[in-house]
Amino acid sequence: MLYREAGQFKTSYAADQQVFPIRQDRIGVVALLVIAFVGIPLFASEYWFSAILIPFLIFALAALGLNVLTGYAGQLSLGSAAFMAVGAYAAYNFQLRVEGIPFLVSFALAGLTAAGVGILFGLPSLRIKGFYLAVATLAAQFFIVWCLTKFPWLSNNSSSGVISTQKLILFGRELNTPVEKYLLVLSIVVVMAMAAKNMVRSSTGRAWMAVRDMDVAASVIGIKLMPTKLLAFAVSSFYCGVAGALYAFAYLGSVEPDGFSLEMSFRILFMIIIGGVGSIMGSFLGAAFILLLPIFLDVALPFIANLLGLPFASATVSHIQITVFGALIMFFLIVEPHGLARLWQIAKEKLRLWPFPH
Amino acid sequence: MIKKFKPACVAAAISLTLLSTAASAAEEQFFPLIDYRVGPYGSNGQAFYGGFIDYLNYVNLKEKGVNGVQMTYEECETEYNNAKGVECYERLKSKAAKSAGPIHTMSTGISYALIDKSAQDKLPLAMMGYGRTDAVDGSVFPYAFPLVTTYQMQASAIIKFLKDKNAGSLAGKKIVYLYHDSAYGKEAIIAMEAEASLNKFQLVQIPVAHPGNEQGSQWTRIRQEKPDFVVFWGWGVMNQTALKTAQKNGYPREQMIGSWWTGSEEDVVPAGDAAKGYMAATWNVAGKQVPVIADIEKVVYGAGKGNLQDKAKIGTILYNRGVSAAVLSVEAIRKGQEKYGKGKALTGEQTRWALENLNINEARLKALGATDLLPEIKTSCDNHEGSGKVKIQQWDGARWVPVSGWIEGNKGLIHPLFQASAKQYAKEKGITPRDCTKEK
Repeated sequence: MLYREAGQFKTSYAADQQVFPIRQDRIGVVALLVIAFVGIPLFASEYWFSAILIPFLIFALAALGLNVLTGYAGQLSLGSAAFMAVGAYAAYNFQLRVEGIPFLVSFALAGLTAAGVGILFGLPSLRIKGFYLAVATLAAQFFIVWCLTKFPWLSNNSSSGVISTQKLILFGRELNTPVEKYLLVLSIVVVMAMAAKNMVRSSTGRAWMAVRDMDVAASVIGIKLMPTKLLAFAVSSFYCGVAGALYAFAYLGSVEPDGFSLEMSFRILFMIIIGGVGSIMGSFLGAAFILLLPIFLDVALPFIANLLGLPFASATVSHIQITVFGALIMFFLIVEPHGLARLWQIAKEKLRLWPFPH
Repeated sequence: MIKKFKPACVAAAISLTLLSTAASAAEEQFFPLIDYRVGPYGSNGQAFYGGFIDYLNYVNLKEKGVNGVQMTYEECETEYNNAKGVECYERLKSKAAKSAGPIHTMSTGISYALIDKSAQDKLPLAMMGYGRTDAVDGSVFPYAFPLVTTYQMQASAIIKFLKDKNAGSLAGKKIVYLYHDSAYGKEAIIAMEAEASLNKFQLVQIPVAHPGNEQGSQWTRIRQEKPDFVVFWGWGVMNQTALKTAQKNGYPREQMIGSWWTGSEEDVVPAGDAAKGYMAATWNVAGKQVPVIADIEKVVYGAGKGNLQDKAKIGTILYNRGVSAAVLSVEAIRKGQEKYGKGKALTGEQTRWALENLNINEARLKALGATDLLPEIKTSCDNHEGSGKVKIQQWDGARWVPVSGWIEGNKGLIHPLFQASAKQYAKEKGITPRDCTKEK
């Protein structure tokens, strides 16, 4: 009823090709952005900003990066955390070694550095596919972490390899409250998500999808495999790199190479699997699911236990939390193997046909 | 169904209201516990935080709190994961605004992530035996306390022990430093290098990649080098592997000395026979012969309020270490109350002052029943460590036996290293260090 498109006519090509062709979607997105930029800063507490919203946005960005590579271009990668590490350490070093470099520039350069490293580790994708490629990107994961530990120059000779990030100064103003950091992260994520959305609708994105669906056919219709695949690696690593820089600067404030472990890469991969492979929105849904659900369970379980008078030790709560989390992942994958984004899409289609969905 | 639950719900509701009314009547000192009991290092956390909580309950039961102020706590599980640690910190922060004891995270990574935040929020961060060691310089790190001793001082103390064993000189000897290739393992290198140039022994550094369950090549190299001693900085599964591999390669374990994270029952028992004779540093002894440990078992477990599910952990190295951390924390509360009013809970800022002015001597330790659980401690603005002493203990196949008295590292050599590093940090972060001569 709310979602009926009757009466929405498109009279120009531009109108037909816009990002959100349905009016309700446009209104929804604008409303969401208004809530994110104005509503949340007015009402959310410090805990929400620094423990929930900022990491959610950062991981959504990293998942978005991986989704470009795995979801759209079909190249499986297990190196996302390593590319984040490259971004984090690159941003730190640019800030440290280039006098007076603006933060946004150093984030962009960090992204480009990660993109360069991504291209390097993307080279094997020209010859190998699928699981074999995943193993090759696994090399990136181990090599980069090793490299950051091995060469003390990269961490400014810190005795422990841990870097402590510089103060975030933007336009001559120090960002030290969680709200300011949140707004910075949100702005970057919104801009990059819009860019990604447009990219996957462009000829580049269509070339990626063609390669994903069948690379031989893609090359027959004139898509050059090498530049297409490497571009996907570059764009993906760029997103991961920026996410890594934000992770270090806007979230934790100090990072060590071991923090960007294989486990983190897996988490990002799970985010896109749960959220929806090949969907921009899925990256956000997946990040929310993987990050927020454990926190929610962590808070809710002791409360429920208390209510029922069950004597739970805190370790038991953690074990139950892990179990419930695992069960929910399996439930969602069985009910909808294409992820949460697909659930949303189905719901939308049904709403559009309402009251006679089929 | 609902009918069945109803009495339980009512009872729960009544007990909750009772609890909350009781709580509002008495003053409470809140401890935010950012801890871990599951995950790869869960069993270490269970022993440590079990000891910590047991001691808090012990103080509540035995003497009705500190001057009538009850110790309370809330746990938050981090699984030794930095991001989760930050989330826990943010979650407990609002509760700690009114009153806060020192935060113990038992994780170097989480401590690093919290150093700036805790200073901003005025919450004291304790890092007993881990963490950012240059926080010894309190002029730059007012809210961070690497209490008791640090990796660098420990390395220096181990060298001193070896020197004493070798009639006062290590000149011309060869020492292998075998370490976990991570922030933790690398922290002590700077001290080992300084000691090597001072004492003129040859230092060979051999890293072991995480997790360290395969050390064949490292021990082949050690066999070739034929070192006089192996100083060993391991963590988790790496420890037992090293001991077993050393046995396989015929290297005498009596010539191996480990750091305090390699010297718990969890490390040597799985290595079985191979661990016999192996030595490790520690700042607390194991066993129930320590009076306060025995008393905790009697009072807290007697009242059925013990935190450990596995009572066998009582008296292990890590359990006792947890108790030692709690003893220091509670003593800080006591000290703070002397200044800010007896019978009142301390805010984070007041606890910070107390931690900086701790003075626990042998007599006080004896009164607490904590002799040998801790060395004497006296902290100040420019010395947040307060002691720098360790004991060396040896595994006799069944239990850890102390084989030395308290050994202090070479403060004159090590502390300037901290100051230099803290100064660099202050410069990077734009912090103006406090003037310690003006602190009272």
